[in-house]
Formats: sequence, C-alpha cells, structure tokens
Amino acid sequence: MKEFMFIIRGGEDMNSYSPEEMQQHMNDWENWMGGLAQKEQLVGGQPLFDQAISITQKGSKVTDRPLAEGKELVGGYIIVKANDLKQAADLAQGCPGFDHDCTIEVREINPM
Amino acid sequence: MVAVLVQIFGNAHLNLAEDVVQEALISALETWKYKGMPDNPKAWLYRAAKNKAIDILRKEKRVHAFDFSDPERQLLDSGYTMKNTVERYWETDKIQDDFLGMMYACCHPKLSEANQMTFILKTLCGFSTKEIARAFLTTEETISKRLFRSKSYFRKSEKAPKIPSAKNLGQRTHTVLQTIYLIYNEGYQSTHHKVAIRKDLIGQALYLCKTLIDHPKTQLPEAYALMALMCFHTARFPARTDAQGHPVLLQDQDRSLWDREMIEMGRHFIHRSAPKGEVSHFNIEAAIAHEHCIAATYEATNWKNIRVLYDALLQNGYDPILFLNRAVVIMEIEGPEKALVELQSKDLGKDLGKYPLYHIILGDLYQKTGQTQQARASFELALNHSQSESEKLFIQKKNANL
Repeated sequence: MKEFMFIIRGGEDMNSYSPEEMQQHMNDWENWMGGLAQKEQLVGGQPLFDQAISITQKGSKVTDRPLAEGKELVGGYIIVKANDLKQAADLAQGCPGFDHDCTIEVREINPM
Repeated sequence: MVAVLVQIFGNAHLNLAEDVVQEALISALETWKYKGMPDNPKAWLYRAAKNKAIDILRKEKRVHAFDFSDPERQLLDSGYTMKNTVERYWETDKIQDDFLGMMYACCHPKLSEANQMTFILKTLCGFSTKEIARAFLTTEETISKRLFRSKSYFRKSEKAPKIPSAKNLGQRTHTVLQTIYLIYNEGYQSTHHKVAIRKDLIGQALYLCKTLIDHPKTQLPEAYALMALMCFHTARFPARTDAQGHPVLLQDQDRSLWDREMIEMGRHFIHRSAPKGEVSHFNIEAAIAHEHCIAATYEATNWKNIRVLYDALLQNGYDPILFLNRAVVIMEIEGPEKALVELQSKDLGKDLGKYPLYHIILGDLYQKTGQTQQARASFELALNHSQSESEKLFIQKKNANL
C-alpha cells in the first residue's frame, strides 16, 4: 500500500464552540481516526495552530502571517495508507472536518 | 493507576507509569495540606495522574520514544485524538479491566511464585520495597532483585496486559489465585511479623480476590472457592492470638470472638464455587475450614467429615503438610497411637525436618503415648528450627510440662 496525505484546509473558529459541541467534535475525530487505525490504514497526523510566519523571496522576505487566509489556511494533516488515490479519497469521506466547513486535498506521498 | 498508565505508555515504560503515580500522590499531599481533603480523593488522584500523562504525551513523546504502532494506541500519537483517548482509559470499567489485566501480567507463569507475589504487591497494592521485605522477612536487596527480574521480563513483553481469552482463562486464573493464596498465607500463617503488616497482606489478598469475583469475565467458581476459604480463615483471626500476641491453639480459642459475619460471607461465596460439581482444592480446603467454623466447641468438631475431606485433598497428589494435618485429625478420631503409626508410615522428616510444627505434633503424639524421651527430643528439634519468639516460648512450655 502507498501513503497519502490529507491536507485539511479551512474550518470554523473552534473558540466559539460550547464545551458540549467541542466534546462532540473530539468524539467524531476519535471515531473516524479510530476506524482508520482499526483498518490499519492510519499512519498519523496532527492539527496545526493558525499562527504562522511565511518566508518568501529566497528567505529575504519574512512575514508573520500565513500565505493563505481563512478557507485556504492549512489546519492540519493526516497520513493514511491506501492502494490508490481513489481509495484514499474514499477514506477521507468520513472526516469530521467536513461538518465544520473544511476542505481536504488528497495527495500521494512521493517516496522519490 | 499503574495498570492504567502502563496501558497508555506501553509495557516498556512501567517505571514512568510508577513515577507518574508517585508525582500524583505527592501533588495530592501538597495540595490537600493547604486546601484540605477533596470530597472524592480517588477522583482527584485519577485526574492528577491523567493530566500528568497528557502532559507527558504532549511534551516528552520523543524523549521516551513511545511505541504507538498498536492500532489501540495509535490515537494517542495525534493531537486530534490524544486527549479524548486518554480520557477513555480512565473510565471506570476500563480501569477495572486494566487492574485485572495487570494482575494476570504480574502472575505470568514464566515468573517464579516469589517474583509474582513481590511484583503484585509493588505494582497493584502499593507496597514499598521496604514493606515487602518486612512482610517476607527478607532484605530490601532481595526484594529489589526480585522486582528487577519481574520488571525486566514485563518490559520486554510486547502484549498489553489484559484479561486472558476464554481458552486460557481457567489456567491463568488458577495461577493468579495460587499467588493470592500465598500472599494470604504469608499474612495468616506467620506468627513472627508485626501485626499491622500481616493484616495488610490479608486485606490485600481479600481485595485482589474480590476484584476477580466482581468482574463478569473472571468470576470463576475457583475464585469464589478461594474467597470462601479466606473468609472462613479470616473469621477465626481475632481468636488466634492472645492479648500479648502469642498464638492460641484451636482447642483453646474463644469461639465467641470468631467473626460470624465473615463466616456468613464465606458461606455465600461457597454456594457459587461449584456450580457443576467440579471442585478445586480451594473448595475442599474451604469445606475443612467451614467444618471448624460451625463446630460449637473443639470436641464437637466433625472430625470424620474433615478426614474424608483431607483424603480427597490427598487424592489430588501427596503433600507432606496435608499428610501432617491429617494425622492430627486421625488422632482426634482413632487416638494418638494410630496417628503416630500413620505419621511414621511416610518419611516426613525429609520434607518437613525444618518445619517446627512437624516436630511439635510429633512431640505431642509421643507425649500422649507415654514416650517422654522421644517427645523431649522432638520438642528440642522444634525449638532449634523455630524463628519466632512466641513460638519458642510455646514450645518451652510444652517441654516443661512433660
């Protein structure tokens, strides 16, 4: 099996969630990732903070903002194992991020 | 708590699990000193240990190089799921399962009985090395060595501790029960310990066995039988020593001191101990203890029943101690001459030569059959092998009365 990365973008501001909503959201993630782990298709993954520093123009320009904003902002990544891009995309279907306005880009990891 | 933390960190990190428990206890002592004891100290401690575990998983994951390859533990590696997953480990049912799982791991058949007992007392009963050394009348160094061996075996085992599958459950539970019984005996038999430690060991053995019979998976008939046996023995505990802590013989015990409630409890457990008529040696031993418990006086004891039970025990395999006890029963039924013949029919001295009680019983039988010379010699031997002051005093008294 090959490895694929889910690049998760966008999403709502979680600070506005009530504790119950937050707990529900955490449970959803646990169920979804737990399912991938049980099928032995989960490699790993982490959420990201949204503060960022961007370095461009050969390192000469440093801005303490991400290059992308809002919906384009990468909020986290997950790496999974799948046979092909299509199957990997199917795995991404259940991601709880979709309930919170996220988009997912599925890319195969190139072992070079 | 150690059992839960081992599930979170992995077997290889048993020491880290113990450290976290230690830190939780220390922070409890520091906080409670100022703010007073919380309403639910257990929940407070669990929360402290849980938060510490979350902290370690967040900040020191790479330092400890945890192994998250097991799908069960993979979610601990991701920020998306770690906190929630750690919470799951502290749900009441899961804690019970982990505690029992760890109990089976401590009693792994590859470990010697001494190592099993030491490991269980340290990991699940919270005994310090010093306390275990005192309980087993040995040095802290010996206990440290035992713990080192058990722990390194455990750390190398890859499977997370859990309750064995149905196929192995009977056999593995048998080993666990044997170990619990040994811990119990250590507390019960020895007359040379400080009373507090002995009561602790008895309490722990009862607690461990109770946990087994409280869980639907592990409440096997054999566990009920051991529980019943320990209840019957414990019931007689208050009358076993006098005010000075010297042992009191069964025939001289004040039976009104026996704990009726404990006997009732034992009876309740015995009813669940042989649903299909299959009996373990715990059943028979419990039945013997029960016969003693229901006899109004020493003379009223149903010795014939007890003899049948001893015969049944010996059918499972010869055991010199059982054979010795059976001789006392024969003395009560058929007199000392017959008992002496029985006792001399096997070469008990080979196995029991260093066991004071063997020489005491032999001495008693010689005395009762008028062989004063031999009786004196037996009591002298008992005296030589006795480790306990109060026991020595007891033998000297017998010797003087000859």
